[in-house]
Amino acid sequence: MAATNADPARGEARQDDRLERTSVFRRILLRPEVGALLGAAALWIYFAIVAGNRGFLSMRGTASYLEVSAQLGILAIAVAMLMISGEFDLSIGSTIGAAGMIIAILSVEYELNLWLAMLVSLAAALAIGFINGVLVRWSRLPSFIITLATLFVIRGLTIALTRLETGRTNVGDVDEAAGYDSAKRIFDSDVAIFGGNFPISIFWWLGLTFVATWVLMRTPFGNWIFGSGGNEQAAHNVGVPVNRVKITLFMTTAAAAWLVAVLQVISTTGADVLRGTQQEFFAIIAVVIGGTLLTGGYGSAIGAAIGALIFGMVRQGIVFAGVDADWFQVFLGGMVLVAVLINRYVRARATRER
Amino acid sequence: MSEGTPLIEVTNISKSFGNVRALQDVSMAVYAGEVHCLLGDNGAGKSTLIKILSGVHQPDQGEIRIEGRPVRFGSPRDALDAGIATAYQDLAMIPLMSISRNFFLGAEPTKGWGPFRMFDTARADEITRIELNRMGIAVRDTSQPVGTLSGGERQSVAIARAVYFGARILILDEPTAALGVKEAGVVLRYIARAREQGLGVIFITHNVHHAWAIGDRFTLLSHGRSEGTFRKEETSREQVISLMAGGAALEELEHELRHFAPSVADELAEASDGT
Repeated sequence: MAATNADPARGEARQDDRLERTSVFRRILLRPEVGALLGAAALWIYFAIVAGNRGFLSMRGTASYLEVSAQLGILAIAVAMLMISGEFDLSIGSTIGAAGMIIAILSVEYELNLWLAMLVSLAAALAIGFINGVLVRWSRLPSFIITLATLFVIRGLTIALTRLETGRTNVGDVDEAAGYDSAKRIFDSDVAIFGGNFPISIFWWLGLTFVATWVLMRTPFGNWIFGSGGNEQAAHNVGVPVNRVKITLFMTTAAAAWLVAVLQVISTTGADVLRGTQQEFFAIIAVVIGGTLLTGGYGSAIGAAIGALIFGMVRQGIVFAGVDADWFQVFLGGMVLVAVLINRYVRARATRER
Repeated sequence: MSEGTPLIEVTNISKSFGNVRALQDVSMAVYAGEVHCLLGDNGAGKSTLIKILSGVHQPDQGEIRIEGRPVRFGSPRDALDAGIATAYQDLAMIPLMSISRNFFLGAEPTKGWGPFRMFDTARADEITRIELNRMGIAVRDTSQPVGTLSGGERQSVAIARAVYFGARILILDEPTAALGVKEAGVVLRYIARAREQGLGVIFITHNVHHAWAIGDRFTLLSHGRSEGTFRKEETSREQVISLMAGGAALEELEHELRHFAPSVADELAEASDGT
């Protein structure tokens, strides 16, 4: 008491200091991806203990779960941006199947250059995203319903048209198409670092996480994404082009689905009409585990990438641990429940008056 | 104060929705540096009028003039461009976004060029802090979510934002409605600041004390018609209270109630006397 009276200025400064520290600590805790990061660390330690001596910690083990994470991560990043803007896309799994089949049919049946086939496929994917976006914005119906409809339409068209064209439901021998070697270097080579070989898809995943984070945090467009999802009417009132933002993001998710299709077609040298089935759910799971709110307005691309990492670690980790892979979906569902409960708690704290 | 060309003037505005006549022949004018209170019961046409002023609805008849020039607003954007900022009670801010991101939403400052043009968050934070300080709002951290602010602080940020982006006319739709006494005082202080800076403020409220404390002129709407505009000097607190309480209609009610609930009628009489 006496000391405070003697030097009030110092007392005040000290108090401010303490407030500042609390606020920085809070700010870190309030980042959407913090929960997922802690979860990923805990899972890694868990698998390191139970499966460390069975290859989980080896370079090959690491590469194996990172590869699973990478393909899902590429999708999840785009889905996260769309979900932050307040929309869903359930049709991405079907888009993966359609985009892959377009590449295979054009390059194998029509003997087009593989690069040209990929370009045509990208244009088709962007068109699907555009149609999804326009339908959602024009009808003002929930995107959940609209893209549930397009999920089945696209999958059905892919199966029906592929069978009409080829009489089968899968197409192989893409590696005989012109341009396959150069495409393989970009989409299916291994990169040697830290004494291990890592699939290049991991670097696509990391690169896109960086780009998406940049867009979300450091561009006006990113601010519009948060605004559109946080309160569409308020964003519209201050001049944010909500329609343009959301349609662009539907096209981005479709483009991400296309990239996953390309990675799969090149690495397996073929396409199947059922590729990508259920990927829309896995992507949403990764995004939600990563701290993005289903209701929009809050989330992060880094969180989605970590969510995908968790997905890959669990999927491969239980194999390394010697647990029957049948149990994977039980773990997955459990993690989703835990993640949404944590998210709800975090949001309540983030918006509490102080 | 009420001299020269009004900042905004509406003359003989009418608006119908189907066969409901929401506004009939309403005229009012707002001058720079005044707080103009818009009073009236629920359904009197207040919100229709401000929606016309902020470009959400278009009038069926009548004219809007900004500084003497006739204008037509096709959208809220047109009204914003003409310098009319509207702070709706609940639509003003996005709770999960930070204060500075909210402040600059739709008008983000950028640096760099081409594909590397980026949202200058450091400058956004800095300007937000300075502008809020200027309005007398001390915010420790402009990156904290707006949801952590109190209702009064949120309204105040919305006002500071409007002032910063060059609004000359500020429409506040019941900004003090959900607030406690102290909070409401904070908001009223910012309204006074906005007036000092030469803005015309249209202030909609149900609270007689707030209206009287800050208002320079009062326009009363009743059943879609204007009952006239009164300057503060020409009227009394009691008259405004009586106007807001429904005037003649309230006296009738008081008379009716006296038959079977004398104590309630006494209270009503007291309320309309404003004591």
